Amino acid sequence: MASLKALKIRIGSVKSTQKITKAMKMVAAAKLRRAQEAAEAGRPYAQRLEGVVASLAGKVTVSESSPKLLAGTGKDQVHLLVVATSDKGLAGAFNTNIARLARRHAQELVAQGKTVKIYTIGRKGRAVLNRQFPKDIVHSIEPGDLGKLGFADARGYADDLIARFEAGEFDVATLFYSTFKSVLAQEPTAQQIIPVAVPAAAAETPGSGAAVTYEPDEESILADLLPRNVAVQLYRAMRENAASEQGSKMTAMDNATRNAGDLIKRLNTLYNRQRQAAITTELVEIISGAEAL
Amino acid sequence: MTLHFELVTPEKLLRSEEVHMVVVPGTEGDFGVLEGHAPLMSTIRDGNLEIYKAGATTPETIRIEGGFAEVNEKGLTVLAEKAEG
Repeated sequence: MASLKALKIRIGSVKSTQKITKAMKMVAAAKLRRAQEAAEAGRPYAQRLEGVVASLAGKVTVSESSPKLLAGTGKDQVHLLVVATSDKGLAGAFNTNIARLARRHAQELVAQGKTVKIYTIGRKGRAVLNRQFPKDIVHSIEPGDLGKLGFADARGYADDLIARFEAGEFDVATLFYSTFKSVLAQEPTAQQIIPVAVPAAAAETPGSGAAVTYEPDEESILADLLPRNVAVQLYRAMRENAASEQGSKMTAMDNATRNAGDLIKRLNTLYNRQRQAAITTELVEIISGAEAL
Repeated sequence: MTLHFELVTPEKLLRSEEVHMVVVPGTEGDFGVLEGHAPLMSTIRDGNLEIYKAGATTPETIRIEGGFAEVNEKGLTVLAEKAEG
C-alpha cells in the first residue's frame, strides 16, 4: 500500500506529464495546419509533372538509346528501398508503420532471391531497419525538422539517388512514405520512382492528339524532365510525411492526455479513500481510548 | 480573347489567371503565347517571364528558374522550380 505522501507525489507527476502532452498536442495542431497546407499546395505541381511525363513516355518508344531513368537497366536484381521517416519520435505509429511496410517489402524481395539495399531519410526509420538489415543500409540522411525542408533539399537527395543509379548501384528504387489522408488516417505508401512507373492511364490523353510541337525534341525534354520528376516525387513524399507526422503526433498526444486524465482520476479516488481510512482509524483509536477510561 | 495562364512551383500554385499574353524564356529562344496557340511543349531556361494583362502595355515580370512550359487547348502552364516576382 502506497503511503499518502507517495500517492500525492505520483498524482503531481502525472499531472505535469499531462501538461506536457497537452502542450505537444497543441504545437502539433498548429504545425499540422501549416504542413497540411504545404502538402496540398505541392500536389498540383507533382500531378501535372506526372501527367506530362506519362504522356511523353507514352509517345517515346523505349529503345536502347532511351534514358535509363525511363527504361530501367533491363534488370531487376538489386532493389533500393528509400525509406523516408522523421527524425523524432512521439508521433504514434507514424515511423513504425512506414518502417514496417518497408521491412515487409524487403523480406518479400529477399525471399525472391533479390538483393536489397536500404537508403534511409530520417533517423527513426534507420533505427528500426538497422535491427534487421544492419548490413544493407547503404546511406542515411538525417533531415531534421521535416516541416522546414525545401525543394532544394529534395533536389539534393534526388541527385544523390540518380548518381547512384547511374553508377549501377541498383536497378529499381522504391520510395516509402506516409500519405496524408486526414488527421486520423495516414497511409504508409510504396511508390516506385526509378525507373519511372508509367501509369496505364498514359494512353488516355488523346485530347491533345493534335501534333504537339516539342522544343527541343521529345527525347531531350524527357531527359531533362526525368531527373526533375524524381526530385519532385521525393519532395512530395517529404511534404506528405511532414503533414502525416504532425497528424499522427497530434492524435498520439491527444490519447496520452486523455490517458493521463484517467490515471489522475483513479489515483485521486485512491488517495481520497486512503485519507478517509486514515481518519477513520484515528477516530476509532480516540473513541476506544475514551471508552477505556 | 484571353489566355488561361498557370504558374506552378513545387511549393505552390503561384498564379492561375486570365491574361492577354505571356512571353516565356524557352531554351531555344523566347516565345510569346496568345490565346489559341498551337500545342507546344518546351523546356525553359532561367530568365524572366513576362505577363501582359489585357490592355496593359507594360508587362509584369517574374523570374523563373528551371522547368518547362506546356501549351494545350486549356491554356499555358509553366512548371518552374523556382519563381519570384
